Amino acid sequence: MSSLFASESRAPDAVAAPLPVDDVAVRVQNVSVTYRTTFERTPTFKTAVVRLGRGERAVREVQALKNVSFEVPVGTSLGIVGANGAGKSTLIRTLGGILPPTSGRIEVHGRISALLALGVGFNPNLSGTENVVLGGLANGLTRRQVDERAHDIAEFAELGDFMDLPIRTYSSGMRSRLAFAVSVHMDPDILMIDEALSAGDAKFKKKAAEKMHELMTTARAMFLVSHALASVKEMCNAAIWLHKGELMLQGSPEEVVAGYTKFLEVGEDAFSLEDL
Amino acid sequence: MPSAGMSAADHAANKAAVDRASKSGYLSDVQVYEPHRVGLPPLVPYFRELWHRRPFAAELSRAEMRSANTRTFFGQIWLVLNPLLLAAVYFVLLFILAPRDEPGPFFAHLTAGIFAFYFISGALTTGARSVVGGGALIGNMAFPRLLMPMSAVRTAFFRFLPPLVVYFVIHAAMGLPWSWTMVLAVYFMGCMVVFAAGMAAMFATLQVYFRDTTSFLPYFLRIWLYLSPVLWFIEEVPARLAPFLKFNPLYSILGGFTDLLVRGDVPPPGIWVMAAGWAVAAVVVGFLYFMSREREFAVRL
Ligand SMILES: Nc1ncnc2c1ncn2[C@@H]1O[C@H](COP(=O)(O)OP(=O)(O)O)[C@@H](O)[C@H]1O
Ligand SMILES: [Mg+2]
Repeated sequence: MSSLFASESRAPDAVAAPLPVDDVAVRVQNVSVTYRTTFERTPTFKTAVVRLGRGERAVREVQALKNVSFEVPVGTSLGIVGANGAGKSTLIRTLGGILPPTSGRIEVHGRISALLALGVGFNPNLSGTENVVLGGLANGLTRRQVDERAHDIAEFAELGDFMDLPIRTYSSGMRSRLAFAVSVHMDPDILMIDEALSAGDAKFKKKAAEKMHELMTTARAMFLVSHALASVKEMCNAAIWLHKGELMLQGSPEEVVAGYTKFLEVGEDAFSLEDL
Repeated sequence: MPSAGMSAADHAANKAAVDRASKSGYLSDVQVYEPHRVGLPPLVPYFRELWHRRPFAAELSRAEMRSANTRTFFGQIWLVLNPLLLAAVYFVLLFILAPRDEPGPFFAHLTAGIFAFYFISGALTTGARSVVGGGALIGNMAFPRLLMPMSAVRTAFFRFLPPLVVYFVIHAAMGLPWSWTMVLAVYFMGCMVVFAAGMAAMFATLQVYFRDTTSFLPYFLRIWLYLSPVLWFIEEVPARLAPFLKFNPLYSILGGFTDLLVRGDVPPPGIWVMAAGWAVAAVVVGFLYFMSREREFAVRL
């Protein structure tokens, strides 16, 4: 079940063969990611010495992704669904080069702009404008490019005078608006959005959806993590479903959403669909 | 699964992709992420990218100085007042313990030494906090992490400039002679910056694994100050201790700096070589340690 993403030009029998390099936006091969966390909330010399005295093991391992493989052809808008803790954010961070995979291999063709949950890349004590500039520079833009875009970003986020106030004074909706505005203005080849739209209001969601449609014409690929299954169906042309780190299903958004919904209805952790 | 039976063509394609990626680094068209053994990222692309993104470090340092009001008039006064008061305290203390015939030069030496030591300890302390304090950036963006401690060193350096100006006022007030050899102190200032960069990277890494590193730092720094030629002149060291003090990197780096700046004395060649040696050693060890660990930071924060 490797490369069966909707790509009309491809004959069904070509499915098993790997795509030629130039058609692939992202290739994920047998990727596993294991977090190694310490028991205590903050690791210190003190606890290390105490633990050493007791002969305890220092770390606990959490397998966030287990042997996940898939390929994303150019032009794909991939929806990623799954319960909390399924490993969706971990997958996005790994694709973004932030977390190294524990095993396996990832190939990314293009420059990535990742938008992670609720714009957590921000420094809360700095102003919106300062964070925009820092984010752009960290992403590898030049100072001139950043200055040119700062205005568009402020305009798109509709934050007005709040741009000059520290981020800690923002509501979560305002943060996610700013984060979305930053990500889409980085000229990404590959755009990744992790639950970032959930906090915006209806008006901004509509605007964001329009912007994403516009970007799809220029970007090579897009990844959308969302609990809003309807928007996955609407905005994506392929989807995957992760459960406890494993890739359960991949295919068209309709198939995947149907499978996931069915699983939720009959599955052990039955929670109300209204929460989605 | 494509990898289960990877075809020869696939291998060739992969190899081509990896080659391209390793040639062009972060900004390349193709990036390949693979598990790392305990090891270093490819050095040339790493440093190329570090250099390319240096405006980020500069802007981060600028923004942090703005938010700490460092650039306001009173902020700058505070930057000077703080080490100056400390110098005054030590001066009184040392003068009670052992009155000197010529207090002027000694006071100048003391202030120059404390200002410089403040720069190094400032770089070390803010550097130690830089990675853990920048958790959100590290967890959500991919960039060479060394930019974080480098930004801290830049901040510390800019905080060192107002005190340096004040030093020259003190130098004049104490009626100390001016000589062209004072200019050579720039060499030791360079050593200080390079040394501080290495130490900042080292402590930033330690802080990730042991979050109480910064609580031990003040004690460590206090002892280091006493072992450095700040509260005493280099030639005052008892003969018994002299061979050991040379193992203190600041013995040559700070000693050379204050000798040149305060008295215009050109240190012997050994001191010049030692200062550069320590600076290079600190930066190589500190950077390599940091870089070998930095890909783990995102999961550790
Ligand atoms: N920094 C971390 N340290 C340790 N475990 C983590 C960390 N981040 C996530 N995890 C664990 O990894 C698993 C997947 O998390 P995540 O990718 O955030 O899921 P999702 O985004 O799908 O809700 C969870 O079991 C979570 O507890
Ligand atoms: Mg998540």
